[in-house]
Amino acid sequence: MTKPTLLMKPELLMKRLLPAFALALGLLFAGQPVAHAEGEGQLMASGSNIRDQASLQRGAKLFFNYCVGCHSLKYMRYSRIADDLGLTEQQVMQNLNFTGAKFEDPVISHMPAEDATKWFGKAPPDLSLEVSAKTADWVYTYLNTFYLDPKSPIGWNNTTLPNAAMPFPLWELQGEQVAVTKPGSDEAEKLELAHPGKLTPGQYQQATRDLVNFLEYVSEPAALQRHHYGVWVLLFLALFTLLAYLLKKEYWKDVH
Amino acid sequence: MANVFVRIGDWVNERAPGLAPTYRKHMTEYYAPKNFNLWYYFGSLAILVLVNQIVTGIFLTMNYNPSAAGAFDSVQYIMRDVEWGWLIRYMHSTGASLFFVVVFLHMFRGLMYGSYKKPRELVWLLGMLIFLVLMAEAFMGYVLPWGNMSFWGAKVIVSLFGTIPVIGSHLVEWIMGDFLPADATLNRFFALHVIALPIVLLLLVVLHLAALHEVGSNNPDGVDVKHGPKGNRWDALKPADGIPFHPYYTVKDLFGVGFFLIVAAFIIFFAPTFGGWFLEHDNSIPANNLVTPAEIKPVWYFTPFYAIVRMIPSFAGTAVWGVLAMFGAIAVLFLLPWFDRGQVKSVRYRGTGYKVALTLFVIAFFGLGAVGAGITAEVIPAWFGNVDLTTWENAFGRTMTLIYFGFFAFLWAYTHFGWEKTKPVPDRVTTHD
Repeated sequence: MTKPTLLMKPELLMKRLLPAFALALGLLFAGQPVAHAEGEGQLMASGSNIRDQASLQRGAKLFFNYCVGCHSLKYMRYSRIADDLGLTEQQVMQNLNFTGAKFEDPVISHMPAEDATKWFGKAPPDLSLEVSAKTADWVYTYLNTFYLDPKSPIGWNNTTLPNAAMPFPLWELQGEQVAVTKPGSDEAEKLELAHPGKLTPGQYQQATRDLVNFLEYVSEPAALQRHHYGVWVLLFLALFTLLAYLLKKEYWKDVH
Repeated sequence: MANVFVRIGDWVNERAPGLAPTYRKHMTEYYAPKNFNLWYYFGSLAILVLVNQIVTGIFLTMNYNPSAAGAFDSVQYIMRDVEWGWLIRYMHSTGASLFFVVVFLHMFRGLMYGSYKKPRELVWLLGMLIFLVLMAEAFMGYVLPWGNMSFWGAKVIVSLFGTIPVIGSHLVEWIMGDFLPADATLNRFFALHVIALPIVLLLLVVLHLAALHEVGSNNPDGVDVKHGPKGNRWDALKPADGIPFHPYYTVKDLFGVGFFLIVAAFIIFFAPTFGGWFLEHDNSIPANNLVTPAEIKPVWYFTPFYAIVRMIPSFAGTAVWGVLAMFGAIAVLFLLPWFDRGQVKSVRYRGTGYKVALTLFVIAFFGLGAVGAGITAEVIPAWFGNVDLTTWENAFGRTMTLIYFGFFAFLWAYTHFGWEKTKPVPDRVTTHD
């Protein structure tokens, strides 16, 4: 009935202790942080770079054309977007603001939450912190792994987030992917482009990279300032530390 | 102009004649051994981080809203709309993690050079109390942003008290002020985090330093300079191997501060989340009692202790043993001066058994950290394929737990029965830079 304990069986003890020690040694050299358990191995590299302002602008355009109908960025003001992306108030109000919000207002979708819940089963989440919560690679992979699924109530499914409630808003850009399943299984082995969209696969990847880039910026606008000031702070500290070292050397000359 | 300063100095001196002697006692006439090495930077760095936490904390409280409804939003307000708010918050969050880095290294220094031994037991006990309060302070601070990991972390950690038989569930409600972590919990954690615990912490730090300066600092040779030859350049009656803390160690520590700030600034400006170790991904999702994070784990500095809870099985119908073991893991550290009866302080002159035991202790600490942080849960399947994860993880984690506690048991037997073969300790300190 009871499982044999370690002390009762010496050979079991050795069998379990040896891998334990091997693991202990290995862990000393394995310093990789554990980010996300689900589907980590299969994530594609987003290649996003928030210092690429042109990419941020293209990403913003995509967001306001395809996403803001359902998703808000409640912590992000239009005015801040203009400041950080090098756009004028007029450009932002004419090209990005379709809700009649004021320039200083945050980006709020006009979709009523009750209706959204009725249509999709759950209200579309606010995306202000999506990249912080999920990582850029996850969002990028998610946007590249939608496929047609006749069994899904919305017609679409996703290999990164199975049974996602979101229909695929970018289908006209990417086209329609279908799942190639393993023989005798429902599990999608890989995705194939069945009907091309307006963009080539390469262009679509660049478009989603821009979009993820924009969302990464939105999740932490201060990152732009961080990088800007960080270099100078480090240079100052390097100089400070050098002077402190010389001062220490000078004082310690007479310690014998 | 100089005359004015002299007159102000005289004015103060007349009214507080004890001030100048106090300054001399703790700074210019505090004779520290001249052979401090790299490991002796972490005490002053801990004070630096403490000051950083207090100063940045004051500014954070100006814009933080300690309510379940407003906390998460107010943190984003600080990150986006408050001038330099992002910098202040990152200094605080990075400071919290670096506090533990520095304190762990400071404690390890104590283990290596026997700084806990007679006559410094009181210094060690006060230091351990600081560590205990710091853990409570860090835990409550972690709850305040009210992200989903804050919420679930609070729930899991507070629930540990629920394993105590009979009173457990009432105790949990009493701590949280509700059946779940809620507004009441956040309010009281805020009060404890910003007022109660910092005051206790500051008091303990003052006592820690006062107790240290009473007996004098240990050093990498474990030689008591107070008992060595007398007479140095400044005083014929003071230790020959001692140098005034100010200016010698103040300038040396200034260099340490510079180096430490480079590391800290790099993290603050280029990797403030530290890949999810210092600020966890799930904390970017607001607290939600209906959505459990995929993996609930405490922030990295608690992982070794959390692993011990997980590794101890429940028996006799209660899971309290794991919790007792976790607190026991800290309690045995308190008692270290009485476990270790060896007369030789520094690892340089101690027996091979001690060196091996200390190395294993460090491995166990990291190993337990890996279990608590969920690294083993990833690494075991990756390295060993399709094996039973629970069995392997338990085997590993329990071995590490055994080594952790075994260190103290071994140390007692090793020194009590006189098995340790020590090397001769020199009369004077050997090296300095």
